[in-house]
Amino acid sequence: MSEITPETVKHLAELARIALTDEEISVLTGQLGAIVDSVAKVAEIATPDVPATSHPIPMANVARPDVPGPTLTPEEALAGAPESDGSRFVVSAILGEEP
Amino acid sequence: MTPQGHGADLTRLTAAELGELLAAREVSAVEVAQAHLDRIAAVDADVHAFLHVSGTALAAAAAVDAARGDGERLGPLAGVPIAIKDVLCTRDMPSTAGSRILEGWIPPYDATPVARLRAAGLVPLGKTNMDEFAMGSSTEYSAFGPTRNPWDLDRIPGGSGGGSAAAVAAFESPVALGSDTGGSIRQPSAVTGTVGVKPTYGGVSRYGAIALASSLDQVGPVARTVLDAALVHDVIGGHDPRDSTSLPERWPSFAEAAREGALADSLRGVRIGVIAELDSPGFQPGVTQRFHEALGLLTSAGAEIVEVSAPHFDYAVAAYYLILPAEASSNLAKFDSVRFGLRVTPPGGGTVEQVMAATREAGFGPEVKRRIILGTYALSAGYYDAYYGSAQKVRTLIQRDFAAAFEQADVLVSPAAPTTAFRIGEKVDDPLAMYLNDITTLPANLAGIPGLALPMGLAPEDGLPTGFQLMAPAREDARLYRIGATLERLLLERHGPILAAAPSLGH
Repeated sequence: MSEITPETVKHLAELARIALTDEEISVLTGQLGAIVDSVAKVAEIATPDVPATSHPIPMANVARPDVPGPTLTPEEALAGAPESDGSRFVVSAILGEEP
Repeated sequence: MTPQGHGADLTRLTAAELGELLAAREVSAVEVAQAHLDRIAAVDADVHAFLHVSGTALAAAAAVDAARGDGERLGPLAGVPIAIKDVLCTRDMPSTAGSRILEGWIPPYDATPVARLRAAGLVPLGKTNMDEFAMGSSTEYSAFGPTRNPWDLDRIPGGSGGGSAAAVAAFESPVALGSDTGGSIRQPSAVTGTVGVKPTYGGVSRYGAIALASSLDQVGPVARTVLDAALVHDVIGGHDPRDSTSLPERWPSFAEAAREGALADSLRGVRIGVIAELDSPGFQPGVTQRFHEALGLLTSAGAEIVEVSAPHFDYAVAAYYLILPAEASSNLAKFDSVRFGLRVTPPGGGTVEQVMAATREAGFGPEVKRRIILGTYALSAGYYDAYYGSAQKVRTLIQRDFAAAFEQADVLVSPAAPTTAFRIGEKVDDPLAMYLNDITTLPANLAGIPGLALPMGLAPEDGLPTGFQLMAPAREDARLYRIGATLERLLLERHGPILAAAPSLGH
């Protein structure tokens, strides 16, 4: 059985930056445990001699010609932002108050 | 009745037929667009295929009419309406991917497939509903309410692209764009009686498609005929320097392949591989029955049926539900409350991390949270090799299964979905049951190969559509259209047009 505990889910939610409620953590603990138990069987056939595939049709070093093209204007880039000062995104405070 | 006296409702015509009438100036693009907008107004309160109906469709249609009036050379679909899955960025319409976190967001650019269909004179009717960020098989995980199956409004239209499939099945649009990460074009087509194609990975640009899992996502057409799907594919496909995974090769005309297939005796000597693992006794009996009847039609038309085995497909769902959440948890990190979309500040304020966490808590629905947490787990230190690393190895084994099978067969076939449409609410609280809906479709995504779903008749036990899936080696999309068009003709001779049996809807 999987080792998914409410503490695991709480930690993962912090890593993923989602402020889950206690009820969500409780529901997800059970669901995630069942899902992880079900998908863990990939390890049965993933022997060391099998190479990993990250991309179905791999292509290496894809680059377009280094020629300037059209770009978004600052207005366009900022149009969907929750907050901006007209030329920059406004970010919430990076640091909390000192205790 | 149309003013021209065709006798038929313009919404019942295929895109190819509309294109010909438009080219002959027997109807105007404005009339065609208006007929579809009227149909949307009449039925979409029930079906809820659309999240947004374009306010500029008539103006776009009028521009096509004007260009035609000026004698411009126009493509075969100029003036034909199209619906666009809400996962694709459109600079004149909100693009939400079915999520609250992007509610009302209007992108500053068009996705490449959208830009190409505009350039070809297609008329966007609006944006179609979908499971949030394309995570789901029923469209029930849309933050804006489910889409209903036009065949039975109490049933799901498949997912994630249930809106596009339902819009086409309900004659709200002749064609639509979808995206397919594990079956999100083909499974909705199977359960709505429509045609859907997932092209070869890299065959259609992903630029401007809001990413779910970048190594699996592919944009493709939804239609009522194989030819219409091919016509749309011809417009949206081909190399795009803005997508580094876009294949650089030149593609043949898929419409030409479909036309050849519809006329020619294209099945003589063709080896059709039935994948034993996807012809399962666990599938709905009516699906299996129609599938074997279709195989009989192929045999009688000269094809050779061979049974092939893909032993590692039994691990495909497990590998998929590790790879997809891993990639999704990374892709969805961009929803950070800073650059676009929602921002929710916790009571009393907070740091950017706290604002981000509150925003993502409020903006994401349950399936999205589930998969982000699962993906974060699969990628975390100590588990990476056992889960994500192993899943990538399974992906190699599945590719090898396909390679071996294509040694024995020209195309591989299976039912496109294991059941007909299930009832709304039936699986929404059981993620594992929901994940099994993709069992027939997701191997193609893991391997990057193209797949086509087309209707193969109604299941006798419930009278609902069933779908047949064709798969071809990577880059052989034309083979799907050629053989698909032949099978479509054989099935049409046997069953008549499937959608003619659907409820008429409207009041």
